[in-house]
This record gives sequence, structure tokens and C-alpha cells, in this order.
Amino acid sequence: MSAGLNIVVCIKQVPETTEVNFDEETGRLIREGVAAVINPFDEYAIEEGLRIKEKHGGSVKVLTMGPPWAADALRDAIAMGADEGYLATDRVFAGADTWATSLTLAKTIEHMGGYDIIICGLKTTDGDTGQTGPEMAEHMNIPHVCYVNEIVEFGDAKVILKRIMDDGIETLEAPLPLLITVSKDINQPRLATLRGRLTAKRAVFKEITNGDLKLPVEEIGLDGSYTRVVKIFEPEVHHAGEVVEGTTEELVEAIFAKLQECKVI
Amino acid sequence: MSTPVYVEDGCIGCEQCVTACPFGAIDMVDGVAVINEACRACGECVDACPVSVIIMSTAEAKVIEGKGVMVYAEMSNGSLHKVSFELLGKARELAAQLNEPVYAVLVGSGVENAAKELVARGADKVFVYDDPDLAQFRDDPYSDLLTECCNEEKPSIFLVGATSIGRSMGPRVAAKLRTGLTADCTSLDIDPESRLLQQTRPAYGGNIMATIETMNSTPQMATVRYKMFNEAEVVEAPKGEVINKPVDMSKLTDRIKVLGFEKAGEQVSISDAEIIVSGGLGMGDSSGFELMQELATALGGAVGASRPTIDEGWINYRHQVGLSGRTVRPTVYLACGISGAVQHQAGMKTSDVIISVNKDPDAPIFGISSLGVVGDLYDVVPGLIEKLKEHGKDA
Repeated sequence: MSAGLNIVVCIKQVPETTEVNFDEETGRLIREGVAAVINPFDEYAIEEGLRIKEKHGGSVKVLTMGPPWAADALRDAIAMGADEGYLATDRVFAGADTWATSLTLAKTIEHMGGYDIIICGLKTTDGDTGQTGPEMAEHMNIPHVCYVNEIVEFGDAKVILKRIMDDGIETLEAPLPLLITVSKDINQPRLATLRGRLTAKRAVFKEITNGDLKLPVEEIGLDGSYTRVVKIFEPEVHHAGEVVEGTTEELVEAIFAKLQECKVI
Repeated sequence: MSTPVYVEDGCIGCEQCVTACPFGAIDMVDGVAVINEACRACGECVDACPVSVIIMSTAEAKVIEGKGVMVYAEMSNGSLHKVSFELLGKARELAAQLNEPVYAVLVGSGVENAAKELVARGADKVFVYDDPDLAQFRDDPYSDLLTECCNEEKPSIFLVGATSIGRSMGPRVAAKLRTGLTADCTSLDIDPESRLLQQTRPAYGGNIMATIETMNSTPQMATVRYKMFNEAEVVEAPKGEVINKPVDMSKLTDRIKVLGFEKAGEQVSISDAEIIVSGGLGMGDSSGFELMQELATALGGAVGASRPTIDEGWINYRHQVGLSGRTVRPTVYLACGISGAVQHQAGMKTSDVIISVNKDPDAPIFGISSLGVVGDLYDVVPGLIEKLKEHGKDA
């Protein structure tokens, strides 16, 4: 185990595009084989982990839960500079909602060893809940801070940081160990270097199964999930309305009339 | 093996299930469908299978314990956040369908008037945790108290606003209560037969809507988006009561200290705005946002932005509308010089009315616009500002 801070970054592999189409006749989703990438929000989490390590020393471990091919996301994180990759993978983890996912990730991190700070992205582009981070913190009985946009000071046992609230920015002092979710304001994620890509290519990841965690099956995966998707449907969408061309006066008049129609002026 | 969906012998390898699956959870292995780890048991594949060999075990007890529809009444700068009234309005509808009482739970300091207002707006019981040490929101003690309140009052449903506070604290409460939490709901209904709460929310950046049920746990808990429901109106003869709950700060977790708060400028936030004027790369440079601000001010609205303008550094991320920014639902969304990438549309396409100005008549944004204006925003927008100013004088 390396000296210094134990930094754990949780990431998820998501479809590259969330564009989905419905078959007009059957009402079913058409899912073409879209590529999988690191959840864009997680790149900020990886970057922040790397910055903390560069400033204060330590190691960055990236963790993902998913099928074996989710290791590709770990590889991308290694290419950015993360030290080690961990993959929680087991058929019994499948179908988990945020409750079961967060429990599995929390227990995986405890299994991995010590941790000082756990960093998650704000949310994912597929599930879009932003709940897994704070739920993990509760399962681990550590504090959490969401929407962090700046780490002001990183001390031995505490951190001073800022988070974005709906109506302003709050400055907080939190003890370690701590879980944070980071907003996109916090940094600009670096690109992978060629050397990083070579390292990533050779990287071997530690796989963690429920054989290691020994969690009761009724607590994980689909059985451990308290929510169930019962229906999926196409949202009501706007259809193209009127498209106008003309002189500036005519165009201004068209917008003005529409605003009056909407009763906003 | 605890996979609730599995493929029996007899798969003909037609791959219709692969297409139907919203989660990419079906692989073809040696010409036969195999359900993988991504499965969320939504049942789409079961319906899609022409030879009916995909089986979903559904024999699960759905027991709702508890009674009462409870809302978290969030405080914001000394008064109730408006989302609290919206939650209360929805809770009254749901409670009427279930024939259950409406509860509100309030945490803060000096909140008697807020509690009375909740009663006036139709809450049957308002549970109050009032203590000077609770003046400022902190995730730890607040989530402890809400958990305690749910454990004591045992509501069947617990709704929390999807504000920055609700989104941060809600998951903590759900984890403590060992119950599900559906994020960011945009619609809530009761299934008349099962009496279960149907929690509908957008997923995949708003490209699909999913209806979710809470299984085998109570309360059925959801965070609910701001500005989705009507506020609870004042009732004629309020008969609700305020119940003060004891607060013992020494028993609450309180690990994080608030050192300071810097209020955002007076500009309207895009999440709250009725009108959003958004600028895109079509503006040419960052000065375009000055024009957008001028129009937004004239309309009493807020300024939004497309992702490329953020990437160019023209404006702060707070303004970003779209998949990786904020989702907004104003009455009017005015898009200027925004072509309308899918990622942008994901953040604004549920606006009531979309008006767009673009030089390119083929811009995708026109495909979802109630009114599309083909023209140069640098002609149209100043003209519109001028007209609004004249109109303002007349009014």
C-alpha cells in the first residue's frame, strides 16, 4: 500500500449517446449498438482525484461495478493517470437500483482497504439520479458533500470545500474520511497521454465478486432493489410548429405575437 | 441464481428482444438470447419475444405498510420553499385517492408561521422540529430527523423536493430507511388496483420516461422536480394541527460545519425562470451573451447557454442547459443561435413553448420549435428588445 492519501473514484460506463428512438409502429425502443464510454461527469471526479494526489500525495483507485466489459472504463481512467482499477462484477449484482448499487459499492470499497476520500461524479447521463454517492456515504457511515465545485484546503483530518446550492455557494468544513460528488465547475479533465494509454493497455484490474464481499443475495442486485421499472414510454415531444421568414420587422412581430399568446408579456 | 428474467429453451435467435431492451441487457450468445447484468426487469423483452420463451418471475408480494402522504417542507431563507407547496398540492391529490391523511414535516428554527401556513394549505398534521441549532441546513442532522419522523409516523409515501437540498439529503434518508428512492419525478399517480405510487421520471437525458414502483418497502419515496405540480391552495376551514417534536441535538449526527454562504447574484436562476433566453455558438463570440442578458432582463427571465459556449468559456457553467447541464422547463424557451443538438434538446424540450432564432433554415432546433424564426439574431433580438421597451412604456 502506498503512503499518503487513499483516494477512491467511483465511475460508471454509460452509452456514448443517450439518443434513443422509438419504433412508431410498435412503440418500442430502438437501441442500436452504441459505444460505451466513461460517464462524462465521472471524468471530473477522476481529474479531482488526480489533482488531490498530485498536491498531497497518495494513490488514486478507480472502481466500477458492472459486467466484465465495464473494465474498458477503468482502462480510460488509468490512461488519465489513475493508479489502480477495481471491477466489482458478479451476476448477483445485476439489476441493482441505487440502493443496492450503493450498498455493493460501499462494501467493495471497505473490502479494498483504507480510504480517505471517495469521489463520485455529480450523476450519470443514463440513470441520471445522482443518488448513488450520498447513499454510499450513508451505507459507510461517513459524511458526504454533493455538488462540490472547489476544494479550498485539504488538511490531515479535514477538508474545506465549496458546494453549489440552488441559491448560492456554501463553504463547508468536513472531516475525513468523506465522500464528495463533484460538479463540472471544479476542474477541466485532462486528456489521456500516450504513455498513459500504454500503461492502460497493460493494466490488470482486480475483480471483486460477491465471493469476496459475501453480501446476502437479498441485499444486492435486483433482489436488493426497492424500486422497479414498471413501464417505459416515449416522452411527449414538441413537433415542429410554424417556421417564418421575412424582414426583421416581420420576424420581431412574429416573436412578439407568440410571447403575447403565451401571456408572458 | 437471482435473475428474475431468463430465457428458456426454444429461442429462435430473432433478436427482437435485443432491440426491445432499453438497457442493453441482452446479448446473443451462440445464436441464443442471454440476459446480462444490465437487466432491470422491465419486461419489455417478455412482450417482444415472438415465441414466448423469455420468462420474468413476478411472484412478489406488494405490501404497503403505513398510512399518510408526507412531504418534506423545505425552508429557504426563512420562509417555505415554493416546491413545498407544490408537494403539498400533489400530496393532497394522492391522499384523497388513497383516503389517507396529508402530513408535512418541517425542520428549522423559528418555523411556527411556516407550520401554520402548511395547515392553512391543507396539511392534516405538520410535524415540527424547531431548534436554534437547526437554523442552517446540514445533511446529517436533517436526515436523522426526517428518518426519525418517518419511523415514528410511518407514512405510506414520502415526497421531497428535487432541490439541491433534497437531492443531497434524500438519498441519505432513503438509505437509512431501507427504502427505494426515485429521483426527479415529473409525475406521480396512484394505481387504483394496487394502490401503489406510480413514480414517473425522465431517464437517458429525457429521451425516455420510466414509471417506477417501490417494492416491498415503505415509505414509497421520491424526489420531485420543482415546477411540475400546482401549489396547494389555502383551504376554507383548515383543521390540521401542528405537532412539535422534541429535538435533542446531542443525539443527532452533525459532522459537517457550515463556514459561510455566498448568495448568487440577483440574476434569476435558470431552474426557476418562467422565461429563458439561451445563446449558442451562432452568436459568434462571448459578447452575444450581453445581448441575451438584455433580452432576458426585458422579459424578466434568465440566460441559458448551450454546451459549446461553455466549452469556449463565453459564460459560466451555471447557465448550461442540456444533458450535461441543467434541465429546464420554462413557459417560454427562446433559443438564439442554437442549432439544437440532441444533448441540448434533452435539457429544454419539455418547455411549454419553444421559440428559436437561427440563420440556418435546416437547424434541428426548428424541428421542436413552436415558432421558428429564420433570421440573424443580431437583427431580430435588438428589434425585439426595442419592441418590448415600447410595449413596456404603453403598459
